[in-house]
Amino acid sequence: MPHVSKRYGWFAAIGFLLPCLTGLMLFNIIPVAGAFVLSFTDWDGLKPIALQDGVPAFVGLDNYASILGGDEFWRVLRNTAVYIVLYIPLILIASIAAAMLLHRPYRGVSVYRVLFYIPVLTSWVAGALIFKSILSPEYGGVNDLLELFGIKGPGWLYDPHWAIPGIVLASIWKDMGFFALIFLGGLQGIDSSYYEAAKIDGASAWQRFRHITLPLLSPITFFVTVICLIFSFQLFPQVMIMTDGGPHGSTQVMVERIYRYAFSYFKMGYASAFSFILFAIIFLFTWLQLKLQKKWVHYDV
Amino acid sequence: MMFRRYAGPFFFYVTATAIAVIVMIPFFWMISTSLKSKGALTALPIEWIPKKISFEGYRKVFDVFPFARTILNSAFVSVMTTVVRLAAAAMAAYAFAKMRFRGREVLFAAVLATMMIPQQVTFIPLFLVMKELQLINTFTGLIAPSIFNAFAIFMLRQHMRTVNDAYLDAAVMDGASHRTIFVRLMIPLSAPILATLAVIAFMDAWNDYLWPLVMLTDPNKMTLPLALSKLSGQYATDYNTLMAGSLISIVPIVAVFSPHSNISKPACRWAE
Repeated sequence: MPHVSKRYGWFAAIGFLLPCLTGLMLFNIIPVAGAFVLSFTDWDGLKPIALQDGVPAFVGLDNYASILGGDEFWRVLRNTAVYIVLYIPLILIASIAAAMLLHRPYRGVSVYRVLFYIPVLTSWVAGALIFKSILSPEYGGVNDLLELFGIKGPGWLYDPHWAIPGIVLASIWKDMGFFALIFLGGLQGIDSSYYEAAKIDGASAWQRFRHITLPLLSPITFFVTVICLIFSFQLFPQVMIMTDGGPHGSTQVMVERIYRYAFSYFKMGYASAFSFILFAIIFLFTWLQLKLQKKWVHYDV
Repeated sequence: MMFRRYAGPFFFYVTATAIAVIVMIPFFWMISTSLKSKGALTALPIEWIPKKISFEGYRKVFDVFPFARTILNSAFVSVMTTVVRLAAAAMAAYAFAKMRFRGREVLFAAVLATMMIPQQVTFIPLFLVMKELQLINTFTGLIAPSIFNAFAIFMLRQHMRTVNDAYLDAAVMDGASHRTIFVRLMIPLSAPILATLAVIAFMDAWNDYLWPLVMLTDPNKMTLPLALSKLSGQYATDYNTLMAGSLISIVPIVAVFSPHSNISKPACRWAE
């Protein structure tokens, strides 16, 4: 059967795999290995590499030790934690609520879907600039609207306590439409007979939501939560554009630090070690996801 | 009775409209600010609708920056990224889905494993690789990494696996080469998923910030998000200029892609 054997073997496959394998090697495996090696050196990224002259010098675990031993890393981690604590509950509530609305069979629902989705299409740089402008304490729209309700708005991005909440506000606005559509997919997958049965048994709308929708949505909720956690550690354009890490380092986050160390302070080795700590954190969440998914998630009522 | 009949739709339209208004306020703010003169930016009480329409911001964004050039750069880079990513991914997906060779599963697992590596870990050494290849400040360097995209390979491979082998065997019996099968059979059969992936790739490239920030320092090469961030560094308080630039960067992508708001569907499938 010569015609079938044509579909076997490396010789035939290599032509199709070549672009992908080149990319995998050149832009993934080599960089990751390179970053790992760099993280044990004091290289500045500028001096030409001459190992015989000790450039860059291997410093063992010094970079890791000084990151984990310094205050900065823990401050950055705390900033990220504040962001997560505010962002995750709010984004889950907002996007599930939006998804429940978009799931209703009323006319014009597709118009709302598009409107909710426009921030997702917007680039983070543009979105962050809009929020930097609208959150301006004196001349911004948000505080102007708060004043209508008699609330004196905070200094937002200029106040160390309110800068992260300001970034969270922008992130919710930007991400709600994206996650709402993911939840909408989940809602559409729930068999309507559950609701009909519950209605016959006299369950209220809240009871139906609490005991049918939420449990059956839990695989999606779990997935979204993990994605949000991972995204939170990758926070970057918001911070660069809106606050540049300030005021007083209150919005410094990991990727911003990595970028600064690599390209402003020219400490490539240190920055690489930082990036591997980030990698370890993200890896931990991915692993937890795979591990805990079975335990927490209901696939049935 | 009347109440029961209209309560549902009433609740729906009120809530959905309220959320839509909140979502739209920042865009309204952007448009309104972009049409203010510099003096009106700090006028109190705040002019939600500018008393006098001014195109100062729009003029300035093109005056102080090669912004027209930037728009073309973004368009070029986004189209090329999409083409390169999809072409390479489709080829690899075909090999993983329909060809048999030793180590296929191991290699595919390696491809999937790269999805766990965030861009933020690789961008420093990737920058050094590009420097070594003398590709800093070039579009080639900006676009090249998109030749490998694990998510696109995964999605296309899952789809191509569902194509019945009988088609392929029939084509092989008629003397078709792999190239013919790939181009004439697999690509057309994958058209819907390719379209979705194209939207994602284009948006990724159009909105990307970190990689252009690392790769480009020449204002004539910059893409829209990077140009906007440079402008905001120089003219931090000229919000009319910054909002004009933001609006210009948002309009094309919203105009083209808002009808395709179902693009997060693949992410949904990925979750299951």
